[in-house]
Amino acid sequence: MDNHLFLPILMPLIGAALAVVAGQRRMLARTIVLLATLANLGYGTWLLWLVDAEGRQATQSGDWAAPFGITLVADGLSALMLIVAALLMLTTLIYSFATLDGDQERFFYYPLLLALLAGVSGAFITGDLFNLYVWFEVMLVASFGLLTLGGSRGQLEGGLKYVVLNLIGSTSFLIGAGLIYGVAGTLNMAHLGERLTTIQEPSLVTAIAGLFLFAFGAKAAIFPLFFWLPTSYHTPPVAVTAIFSGLMTKVGVYSLYRVFGLIFPNELARFAPLILTLAGLTMVIGVIGAVAQTDIRRILSFHIVSQIGYAIMGLGLASVAGLAAGILFIAHVMIVKTALFFIGGAAERIYGTAELKKMGGLAKREPLLATFWLIGILSLAGIPPLSGFFGKLALLQAGVAQQAWLITGVAAGVSILTLFSMLKIWNEVFWKKAYTDVSQLPRVPAGLMIPGAVLALASVALGLGAAPLADYSALAAGQAFDVSGYVVDVCGVAGCDAAATTVRQENTQ
Amino acid sequence: MYDSIVLRTVARFMLPLLFLLSVFMLIRGHNLPGGGFVGGLLAASAIILQIIAFGPDYARQAIPVSHLQVAATGVVFTALWGLPGLLTGQPYMTAFWLPEPIPGIGKIGTPVLFDIGVYLTVIGVTTQLAFILAEEPLFYPMRKKATPSEPVAPEA
Repeated sequence: MDNHLFLPILMPLIGAALAVVAGQRRMLARTIVLLATLANLGYGTWLLWLVDAEGRQATQSGDWAAPFGITLVADGLSALMLIVAALLMLTTLIYSFATLDGDQERFFYYPLLLALLAGVSGAFITGDLFNLYVWFEVMLVASFGLLTLGGSRGQLEGGLKYVVLNLIGSTSFLIGAGLIYGVAGTLNMAHLGERLTTIQEPSLVTAIAGLFLFAFGAKAAIFPLFFWLPTSYHTPPVAVTAIFSGLMTKVGVYSLYRVFGLIFPNELARFAPLILTLAGLTMVIGVIGAVAQTDIRRILSFHIVSQIGYAIMGLGLASVAGLAAGILFIAHVMIVKTALFFIGGAAERIYGTAELKKMGGLAKREPLLATFWLIGILSLAGIPPLSGFFGKLALLQAGVAQQAWLITGVAAGVSILTLFSMLKIWNEVFWKKAYTDVSQLPRVPAGLMIPGAVLALASVALGLGAAPLADYSALAAGQAFDVSGYVVDVCGVAGCDAAATTVRQENTQ
Repeated sequence: MYDSIVLRTVARFMLPLLFLLSVFMLIRGHNLPGGGFVGGLLAASAIILQIIAFGPDYARQAIPVSHLQVAATGVVFTALWGLPGLLTGQPYMTAFWLPEPIPGIGKIGTPVLFDIGVYLTVIGVTTQLAFILAEEPLFYPMRKKATPSEPVAPEA
């Protein structure tokens, strides 16, 4: 029993409640949320080390034995996602401290951020399919609050699209969970993994797997379910867009990895061509969509979609190497994408507009900001020695090794288009001659610079430490596909059916 | 607000009664019908009755607390009740019970704390919703003004 696994959910939850109680005492509320997030970051670091050293960790809430109680499990994938989520939340808090006005803070901005962190952490760490749904809802409610905070017309319009499509996704997730409960008689992921290997209803299971692909695909914004993302992500404050870009879609990707790795490993082989096709289309459509845009955040929003394609490609390759590459890539893209939103947001704040045409000449005025932006875009495009290079390299290697030539070629081509599209922002905002007198513009405050800088440097660090990280992602991917090991860690050596029988006998005696 | 002397008299009389009933529901609820949610709704309905009878301004003065802070305190309770399990080396949310039931109340243990949390959360959220609805400014007034197309701006 590893009871500490409750902490990453509890700390943000209690922090969020205390921050509401703190109410109008702004500094107190800020201190509380900062402490809760730092605690989560510290815990995530420790958990990463623990999982790396000792393997999977599991516990049962309320001391109800698995498969009856709600199980919490942390394996390599969960621990990595937890630490990245906490890091992104920390930088978002710093950026929010510097940018938000009192009005937005008054309406429970920080408690909502912590509720989002609690939901995301819960989703990463739960070992129960229905519980995953619950955490998705916690996340969705918090994110809807954040998205519409301020209540401008554009925000409400974007928020409406966001909520409707996400609710459709949630509902199909719920229907899928109901169907799979009908087929397998359990919702514990370990138990599901064990039972679905011997289930007698192959076609029904395939249909359910398709339903889950749709549900999580809508959350992850893969083609053709991505259109809610570019229409809603540029409307809220920059800090909110940044944390959404880092976390929301990636929870969908995580769920796809988890569900197809653990519950439907047999279906994954069947769905692989479809997933690869969707991955390729997502990459291409995302990057083409970005070309037509002239607003920094809209361009970056389309790139989120495009990058999701790579993450899905890791799943579609349906191998440990492919998934390891996907995990490496998703950790990188969460960090870099958020960094780009922070830096783009800082530029937007200086100029008072996000229209590329009206900007220019920032490289001379703010060389440090320009440097971090350059690091970010080179990393996103995949230039060595930054983190994006190793993520993409691993994906391409896995693709070549499995002779998936088409998707590998598409992935490489989209990389170049990504660089092209990012250079457009570079040229317009930083490089080209300014129409206005740049020396009159306000300087970038440190609070706006630090979050982007921290994440850009994290990308450099990930690139330099690529070897241990690649080892770690290989371990994580191995664990994600290791159904029998998962069952042993959750339910004991005899398996979940045996554990269930034991519990029943104990209770009848 | 509904202006009626009968309603006002009854509402004043019902306020303590409904609160007492809600506490009764709360305490018996964790192993009999009732519970924090029902209790919370009862207490909230006591406050909502004041809103209907006397108007939201009076009701705010009668119960001078921030309802969202009440709700947040409830969430703290729901999160804290599982900690005794965690601190004694058992999983979070492991329940501890007094060995003997208390006459008139029943079994008492740490899950009662969870019920109290739910109780406070439900009171806070429900009354806050009721106040928002009761105090909502009229976006589209019934009587037409000089520029009917312009909605009246809500007060900050």
